Amino acid sequence: MTDAVLLIENLRKSFGGLVVTDGVTLEIGPGELHAVIGPNGAGKTTLIHQISGTLTPDDGRILLNGTDIMMLPPNERAKLGLARSFQITSVLPRFSALENVALAVQARDGSSYRFFGRAAAEKELNDQAMAALAEVGLDHRADIVAAHLSHGEKRALELAIALALEPKLLLLDEPMAGTGPEESERIVAVLKKLKGRFAMLLVEHDMNAVFALADRISVLTYGRVLASGAPNEVRNDPAVMQAYLGEELE
Amino acid sequence: MMTSLVADKPAPRAARFNVAVVLMFAVLALAPIAAAFGPESYVLGLITRVMVFAIAALAVDLLCGFGGLVTFGHAAFIGIGAYTVAIAGAHGVTDMAITLPLTLIVSALFAYVTGTICLRTSGVYFIMITLAFGQMAYFIAGSLAPYGGDDGITLPARSTLFGFEVFASDRALYYATLGFLIASYLLCRAVVYSRFGRVFRGARENPTRMATIGFDVFRFQRVGYVIAGSIGGLAGFLLANTTEFVSPAYMSWQRSGELIIMVLFGGLGTLHGAIVGAASYLLLEEGLAGLTENWKLVFGPLLVLVVLFARGGLVGLVTSIKARFSRD
Ligand SMILES: Nc1ncnc2c1ncn2[C@@H]1O[C@H](COP(=O)(O)OP(=O)(O)O)[C@@H](O)[C@H]1O
Ligand SMILES: [Mg+2]
Repeated sequence: MTDAVLLIENLRKSFGGLVVTDGVTLEIGPGELHAVIGPNGAGKTTLIHQISGTLTPDDGRILLNGTDIMMLPPNERAKLGLARSFQITSVLPRFSALENVALAVQARDGSSYRFFGRAAAEKELNDQAMAALAEVGLDHRADIVAAHLSHGEKRALELAIALALEPKLLLLDEPMAGTGPEESERIVAVLKKLKGRFAMLLVEHDMNAVFALADRISVLTYGRVLASGAPNEVRNDPAVMQAYLGEELE
Repeated sequence: MMTSLVADKPAPRAARFNVAVVLMFAVLALAPIAAAFGPESYVLGLITRVMVFAIAALAVDLLCGFGGLVTFGHAAFIGIGAYTVAIAGAHGVTDMAITLPLTLIVSALFAYVTGTICLRTSGVYFIMITLAFGQMAYFIAGSLAPYGGDDGITLPARSTLFGFEVFASDRALYYATLGFLIASYLLCRAVVYSRFGRVFRGARENPTRMATIGFDVFRFQRVGYVIAGSIGGLAGFLLANTTEFVSPAYMSWQRSGELIIMVLFGGLGTLHGAIVGAASYLLLEEGLAGLTENWKLVFGPLLVLVVLFARGGLVGLVTSIKARFSRD
């Protein structure tokens, strides 16, 4: 219990009358890849927003490595080792791929109140950024402005930004959304490679990817955890089969 | 819309010291020599004024062009700088060894306090609230009865430096202003490309992303606001010395608007565009005002044309013409 990287207890959030997070409890251990699946509108993105701090929960607890982070703004959560990607690509469009990632390295490096010296020429930052780009297979596109990258490349760039932060916990909101089958495969391969290095929470619709990657799976419907367990348990859970997976898995 | 602003595919390398910028400063450095053959004090006065507003426009470009913070109240800083000199002068303190640091401190403080409030908002709200603070400063200045109220106040003398009358001649003031302009330009350039500047620019692109990688966007923007405020104060310090007179009109919202127009006209987010813009605006004003009282009738459409057809202002226009020729 105490060595959980992420511990969420009884999290609640509603928008007006709409309950989007309804008493969610969830635990992710070190190096574990925990997938959260569920139909559209189940509250997966909202859950990630609350963990990363871009939305404030109404009630509950969120512990990151034992520290209560509920009241911290997103930037302080990031400093504690929380990184995330967005369902809708969120990069700096006019920065080059390299600069997008170098900025993340700079954030981790901790000294950004420097007013002289060209940041873009700092070898240390660029080398680390390049290494992160290489891990997602984007190093050959380092000099391209992010706005000009293909959709799949932008998804990979998001991943590289997260990697450069050397997170303790990585939240991934549909990293394969909108990518072609080839790019999806590439991202799955990257995630496989990263697995175990740090804890991950993966929201994804692609069931092949989920079952290939996840150590544990939680099924979310109407903001509630319907089932949670090892992939096989979840796959065979009658409630899950009925409510969500159904024929898809036959 | 965002992508259409991206010039070309590979990320543009930070503009090196381009010839145009060096040339621009060289022309400014040599202008007094040419002026000696004409109405010298008129020309020196005019160009000094241009350089003073160019300094203020640099500050506005730093905020608008790089930080995405459209400030509609930056004339307040010019006024604060000018009034600091005037009020100190009214109490017998005319040495810039005291008044210049004082100017910078007062304008930085004003920026810090108002920035703390303004930067809680964004977009149109930011524009409106900076305008509100600008107007507040304007009315406060107008209510300073001991210092001339609405009528303004005449300086007892130009600033001295350790007792020496360094600004005694128009030419000395001219070169001092040029020195401050170059220093401001170099400072802004360094800031923009520094680690800090990268965060500041990133915050304009995508504040949510910046926060989720660990930056306290608000605090970075506030530092940027303080830098721009101090530079605005410096412009005010120089303006007071140029005109030897200070009045609330320096802080009117029209003045703030003109600063934005200068930056748009010259080319947003380029720095030297702010200098080109200030020069074009003030020189056009001077030239057209001599021809017709309704000079804004001419200038208005001209501005619209530049903004419509030269997205990057005059500087952008020159760049794209150059690009066209080098391609052929
Ligand atoms: N800011 C918001 N205001 C009101 N309703 C919202 C807001 N964000 C999300 N919702 C609603 O909350 C529900 C859950 O959304 P979301 O977390 O995005 O679902 P998922 O990511 O599982 O598809 C949806 O019904 C959505 O319409
Ligand atoms: Mg979603």
